[in-house]
Parts: sequence; C-alpha cells; structure tokens
Amino acid sequence: MEVSRGKNTSEWLKRTGKSIRKNYAAYLFLLPKLIFFTLFVAIPVVWAFVLSFQEYRVTESNTWIWLENYKEVFASAAFRQALLNTTIYTAVTVPFNVITALIAATLIHSLGRMAQNFFRAAFYLPTVTSMVIIAMVWRWMYNYEFGLFNYVIGWFGLEPVNWLGQTSTALWAIIMMQMLIPFGVGIILYMAAMSSISDTLYEAATIDGANAFQKWIRITIPMLTPTTIYLTLLSTIGSFQVFTQIILMTGGGPGYATETLVHLIYKTGFRDFEFGLAAAQSVVLFFIILVISVLQYRALNRNN
Amino acid sequence: MIKRFTFNKFIVYLLLTIAAVISLLPLYWVFSTSLQLSSYQDEDMERPVSYVNSTPPKMYPVGITEYFEHWRKARNAEKEGDSEQAAYHREIMDEIVTDTFSGFRRLFTQNSMGAWFFNSVYISVVVTIGILLFDSMAGYVLAKKKFPGRDVIFWLIISTMMIPGQVTLVPMFIMVRELGLMDTHWALIFPDLSMVFGVFLMRQFMFSIPDELIEAAKIDGASEWKTYWKVVLPLARPGLAALGIFTFMNVWNSFLWPIIVLNTAELYTLPVGLKTLQDANLADFKLLMSGAAIAAIPMIIIFIIFQRHFVKGLTLGGVKE
Repeated sequence: MEVSRGKNTSEWLKRTGKSIRKNYAAYLFLLPKLIFFTLFVAIPVVWAFVLSFQEYRVTESNTWIWLENYKEVFASAAFRQALLNTTIYTAVTVPFNVITALIAATLIHSLGRMAQNFFRAAFYLPTVTSMVIIAMVWRWMYNYEFGLFNYVIGWFGLEPVNWLGQTSTALWAIIMMQMLIPFGVGIILYMAAMSSISDTLYEAATIDGANAFQKWIRITIPMLTPTTIYLTLLSTIGSFQVFTQIILMTGGGPGYATETLVHLIYKTGFRDFEFGLAAAQSVVLFFIILVISVLQYRALNRNN
Repeated sequence: MIKRFTFNKFIVYLLLTIAAVISLLPLYWVFSTSLQLSSYQDEDMERPVSYVNSTPPKMYPVGITEYFEHWRKARNAEKEGDSEQAAYHREIMDEIVTDTFSGFRRLFTQNSMGAWFFNSVYISVVVTIGILLFDSMAGYVLAKKKFPGRDVIFWLIISTMMIPGQVTLVPMFIMVRELGLMDTHWALIFPDLSMVFGVFLMRQFMFSIPDELIEAAKIDGASEWKTYWKVVLPLARPGLAALGIFTFMNVWNSFLWPIIVLNTAELYTLPVGLKTLQDANLADFKLLMSGAAIAAIPMIIIFIIFQRHFVKGLTLGGVKE
C-alpha cells in the first residue's frame, strides 16, 4: 500500500509539473495581478493579525504581548462608545435605506421609460459624487447661524438647533444625513430585479383577484429576496466602515458622541501611532462585520 | 406586457419628485453657494455684504439677478444719454462677475487646486488602465484555462473581498514606509492596483465568451498573447467599460488611504485637498463649496455620458452568483 501510494504521489507530481510547464502562459497572465495582490493584500492581511499581538516599536524589533492589545481595546471607553455609535447608526440607516430603495424602485418601475431614466439618474447621482463633497455641503447645511436646515425648521416655528455641535443631536444629524441620501445602488438593483420577475405570476394573481398591494407583498417582495439579502449585507458592511462624514463633519465629537470604529482606528493608528492597538481594533472590526454578515444572511435566507 | 401595479399616477409623480428634490438639493446647494455673492457693495448699503452668510439664506446666486438689474439700468441710462450713470452700472456688473467667480479664482491662485485636479486625473487614469489590463488578463485565464492551482488562486483572491479595507491600513502604512514610497503617488497607485473586485467581475464576464473563438484563434496559429489581445479583449469590451467606470470612480473618490500617505500640498488628490482646505478655512463656505463643485463636476459629466454602463456594471457585479 505504502509503496503504491508513494508511486501515485510521484506520478501525480510528475503530471502536475508537466501541466504547469505546459500552461506557463496562464501563470504569466496572472503574474502582474498576483504581485500587487500579494504585496498589498495578502501580506498586509496576515501582518495585521500578527501586529495585533505585538507592541510596535519603530527602532527595535516588536515585542509579543499577545492579548494585551485586545484587552486594551475592550477596556477602552472610546472603543465601546464607537461600537455603540456605529451599531446605532447601522441599525437605523440600513433598514431605512433598503426599505425606501424598495419603495422608490417600485414607484419608478410603474412609470414610462423616460420617467424611469430620469428618476433613476436623479437618485443615483449623489452616489457617484464623493462622500467628501456630500459631507462638506451637509456640514454647511447644518450650520447653526446660516445653514439651510435651521432656516427650513424655522418655517415650522422651531428654534435653531446646533446640529453637529451638541452631544444630544450630533449622531442623529449624521444618521439623518445618511437617511436622506438616496440608496442609488439599491434602487438600480431592485429595478433590475423587478424587470426579471415573470409576468405570468402577476397574471395568475390578477385572475385570483389579488389587488396591487397584495401582489406587491406576495409576489414582488418574495421574488426580490436575493437582492434584499445582497443589499442588506452590502450596506451593513459599508455602514460599519463609516468614516468620511465623521472626520469631515464632527471629528468624532463632541466628546465621543459621533466616534465610530473606523475613525477610532484612524486616530489610534495615524494620530497616536499605536500600530499594534490599531491593528487589534481593525481585526475586531473584521470579526464584527463577519459575524453580522453571517447572521443577516441566515436570518434573511430562512424566510425564503 | 400587462400592468403590474396601478397607482394613482399623480401621487407617484408627486412622491418621486419630492424625493428627487431632496436627493439633488445638496448638490444644488454646492453650486449655488459656490457662485453666491460674497462681498458686494450694494447701492443703499454702507459696507460690502455677503449673501453667503445671510438670514434667510439666498436660494440662488444673487449675482444673476443683480447683474441683469444693473444691465437694465445701464441700458436705460444710455438711452437717456447719461453716460456717467451707464459707466457706473457697467462697473458694478464687472464687480458682480468678479465676485461670483472669486471662490474658484482663489482656489487656483491661493491654493493648489490646479495641481490637485491634475493629480486626481492622472492617478485615476493610470490606475484604471492598469486594472483593466491586469484584471482582464487574470480573469481570462481564470475563466478559460485549466491549470494546476487555478481554483486555489481564485478562492484566495475572492476570500479577501470579505475583509474590510481598514484591516490592512497599518501594515500597508509600514510597508509603504519601508519601500520608501511615503508621500509619493506610487503609494496610492500600487495599492489601488491590488483591488480584487475586477478579477471577479472579469472572470464572470469571460465565461460568456465562446470557447470556439479562442480555439479558432489558436488553430490559426495565434500566440496566447495575440489571442487575448485580438480576440478576447474586443469581445470583453462591455465588461471592461463597466469595470473601467467603477475603478475610475473609486480612485477619484478615494479618501482614507490618501489622507494617510500624502503630506505635501502639491501631491494631494482632490479629496485630500478639499479636507485640508476645510481644515484651514472652516467657515469660508463660498471657497469650500467652490472646491466641492470642481471635484463634483467630472464625475457628474462621466455619469451623464456613461449612465448605461453604470447600470450595467452594477447588475453585472451584483445579484448574479
């Protein structure tokens, strides 16, 4: 047995070697991408895990401190506040944006081609503009003295609000902004998925006497489940990485009122240069995103 | 095709129009503020006034109406033969034009807006070309060739799509510093070329190219490279267009990594430049919105021209699989 297995292995090796030589062109085609992938994705990912168990030193070699970074991460009030803020932000904005995208797509889908193109473009345009620009203009619109918002709420007799400047409203101002930016990707993908639902389903439902709303609930929404799962996962992952708005609009403040996970990682790593701690924070972020993605996928898929 | 939903058309249009106004209002506000009069000597007022900081806010650039007002007055004065009065109004018209565009002028004269714009354009173009070439090469062999290790390589690349980019920030920073690339454009270009989404997208797309065409090229004696360049690439054009647009958009808008590695004002890309502009001029909203407008215009134009490809790219990379 041993002998024949050894023979098989060596034969397999020989065949594989031959196949590799025969296909050398394929490897050459892959080479440029693999070089960049290895240098700037594969090595850094592994390195991030290693760093998270070390104390980084610039001049001497790093010392292994194992779980100390992780202990510090979870003991830190800033991290817990950032985790809480990011979770609230995600829990409010993601369901709201996915549901409004579904409603918007349904309404747009019922229109003629010209109107469809117009509204699709109007809702997608903010998605192609940089979040830097959006954050800058929203900071201006939230301005206490001259901002558009305080003027608009003045119409309803409300007192001006210091939106971004006080602990009680800052996070909610950021959340409201995210809710009022249309989820362009969601609208486009929902519309594409709606066009591919077979008409026969709707015809059958019409014969059974279903009204428009019943058809929407019983046919459209179930048929869109794969899109809903994809969009929920996509926007949850994106939402846990919220950063640009924070650094440009509040800097995480006042206090830690709008601190988020990625902004905290940025501060720890590149303001305080605590590389080991920042690596540990980012590894924790990775696992949070992973666990939530798996849970969401299971929850949404089970209902199907 | 039968009607799937019957809503009241009027209510549908009303709701969507309100939503569209909310959607586009911030962008409108960028342009409106960037062109707003900021220091303007009105006839009845002693001091120059800023319509940027006014209560209630002005809903459109006031210079437009003011300009026509003075143009009308100048013309009337000319009709009455009062050349002095006409010259006075002509002068104010010039002032209005100068003031309206003063934000943009200050960006280019007092800040390095020209350099930021150029850097953003050329970095986005270089990365987009590199990604299109490397990812289509990789996607082609991963979809169409059988060779040892193919599936391992593919899954290795795809599995990293799940990992948030922030995880690699610190190691990449150390690596870029060790390679001596800190505060150079290579520090942006090289890591961008490692983005893996395009490999996935191109591989999906390459499956739709018929094997017979590739076989035929081989029988005609074309080399592997020639087959790829002359047969495969032209057929992959729709996929390349979608990937190219998304890559350009991502690189153009990328922010977190560039603010970490760039320190020299002349090397900034637009988003980095805008951040430093805001840090230095927190309350000068005319200047800030002028900068935002310049950064927004190219993407808006690209979107309007290539709208079809955006939709195609989203549906290609999205729900399938």
